Amino acid sequence: MINAAAREEILQRIRDAKVPAAQPVIRGYNQKGPGGVELFAERVADYRAIVHTVSNVPEALTSLQGKRIVAPPDVPEEWLVDGVTWLREPLSIEELDQADGVLTGCAVAIADTGTIVLDGGEAQGRRALTLLPDYHLCVVRADQIAASVPEALQRLEPTRPLTFISGPSATSDIELNRVEGVHGPRTLEVLIVT
Amino acid sequence: MARNPVTWLGSPTFPKAAKIALADTQLRQNLRKATGTIRGRRAAAVAEMTDWEQLRVAGEQIKDDVLSRLDTLLLQLEESVTARGGVVHWARDAAEANRIVLDLCRAENASEVVKVKSMATAEIGLNEALEAGGVHAIETDLAELIVQLGDDRPSHILVPAIHRNRSEIREIFQRRMGVEVSDEPADLAEAARVYLRQKFLTTKVAVSGANFAVADTGSIVVLESEGNGRMCLTLPDTLITVMGIEKLVPTWQDLEVFLQLLPRSSTAERMNPYTSVWTGVTPGDGPQKFHLVLIDNGRTATLTDSIGRQALRCIRCSACLNVCPVYERTGGQSYGSVYPGPIGAILTPQLVGDMHDPQAASLPYASSLCGACFEVCPVRIDIPSVLTHLRAEVVEAKGRTAESVAMAAAAWIFASASRYEKAQKAGSLARFLARDGRITSLPWPGSKWTSSRDVPAPPAESFRAWWRKNRCQK
Repeated sequence: MINAAAREEILQRIRDAKVPAAQPVIRGYNQKGPGGVELFAERVADYRAIVHTVSNVPEALTSLQGKRIVAPPDVPEEWLVDGVTWLREPLSIEELDQADGVLTGCAVAIADTGTIVLDGGEAQGRRALTLLPDYHLCVVRADQIAASVPEALQRLEPTRPLTFISGPSATSDIELNRVEGVHGPRTLEVLIVT
Repeated sequence: MARNPVTWLGSPTFPKAAKIALADTQLRQNLRKATGTIRGRRAAAVAEMTDWEQLRVAGEQIKDDVLSRLDTLLLQLEESVTARGGVVHWARDAAEANRIVLDLCRAENASEVVKVKSMATAEIGLNEALEAGGVHAIETDLAELIVQLGDDRPSHILVPAIHRNRSEIREIFQRRMGVEVSDEPADLAEAARVYLRQKFLTTKVAVSGANFAVADTGSIVVLESEGNGRMCLTLPDTLITVMGIEKLVPTWQDLEVFLQLLPRSSTAERMNPYTSVWTGVTPGDGPQKFHLVLIDNGRTATLTDSIGRQALRCIRCSACLNVCPVYERTGGQSYGSVYPGPIGAILTPQLVGDMHDPQAASLPYASSLCGACFEVCPVRIDIPSVLTHLRAEVVEAKGRTAESVAMAAAAWIFASASRYEKAQKAGSLARFLARDGRITSLPWPGSKWTSSRDVPAPPAESFRAWWRKNRCQK
């Protein structure tokens, strides 16, 4: 236990404040939403990300030809198409920084907000993999798309390292208008597999 | 007791600072443009939601629940973070928090740290304290970087450099980064990317704030846009997160409310580009040392005030700043605090906790009480009610003043019809001071009124006198 005196004093001050018990929380907001592949695609595109709906992943990877692309350890073997230099773990920060892009899957997606959530699980790898390369190609299966934020959170395991991604890196810091492209990947491309 | 660095040392009272800011036409133009843009966009983002009011009510109730059992939830958070390999520290005030962070940096032999934008660390003056201890803090959020490179002070909760327009930012970047850059926002963003890239890749210690901490899982949540947050939260070996004790939510499910309320209220987006969630340490992914510093710094004192404590519901979205007619004209720096605008006007004086401090005591008056802030607040903080409540505290703290004596005299006069009429008769003599029906200059203490506005000349005869003469059946 570090600085126990401060801890005790803060807790005592809280108890001394004698805040009365609060009312039970009324969750009158929507738990569900319309959902669906089309809404998700539309909302992702609103962030100026590139979206395709495809039926076959390997056939949709032609844009990677000739590039140096990071692939997490457990991506499906069929995604590792010929003509691409696949960079596999272990990879240093410098190697990741110099890659042309990264190809991953995802844990969950949210139709309502056009969000992709990574949890370091299957076909995603550790967080640095999707951060340093300037281009992120993310494969989303239709069954991974939750309709709403509440539905998505239910599907996630909170103690895993989670990254919610809504479009390419952006900022609103110059005159409060959104501009794409700061530190994270400046291009986000999403393949929705139906 | 040491002074709370939540207000900047030597700041003038709000009216004095506002007077100077109002004369700055460039500042007013920049603010009008930026707040006008975001107001329109926020309104559109909120209008899309059919359940916005229900989300606001739930947000309010969850936060009230947190405040009602803060001790239990903090202990629960401590337990869950510790169980996942994190270390929890407690700090009563700013000095204690700064010392903890500095010691942690020294333990890692760090001479530089990268920082994610954080109100808590701004509130405690962490950068200055680290600098004094030989550790340089590099701000990585674009707006924070603009403020840091411009040797400036923040003026907005979300966008600390809101008072700067693109050409001013270009000038700062050219001067401090030594690069040629245009004033196109995309080029300015690119310049920041290049400038910070190596820092991200090589710095071993990062300092962040937290938007939320989930008590039952120990998960910490940071919302951001640029990816600088992900860089700081993922690449360094050591992560130090500084968080106000009120930033808790009880359960993971509760986040479903705030992840909908916050992005729409702050940047007017359905969702901000990046949200990171981590729980203690994950082997093989991200920092392998994690420290969470919980700070009080005036929060428990605020908690004792049954009306004022609702300010602790704040999730720092800054929607209230963007709609405030006072903020739009005076800018954030006039408030003399890292928390400007309507929320700052109620939070800052409570964190300072001293209504005899003339600067802090001037803040509850920095409002016309129009109520726009309450309407947009995603956690329904009734800012106008807290403002009037704090004004009453300011008056009480002042004790007996010329104003309170005059008010007592006025009360005595109003209490009796005959005294009231005599006073009206005497008052009507003031019409001889008027030119064209207006009085522009009164002797003291009336000069305090006429220094900033005119008084209409009182009529020769009061309504009561007129009524008696014309209508009274006697």
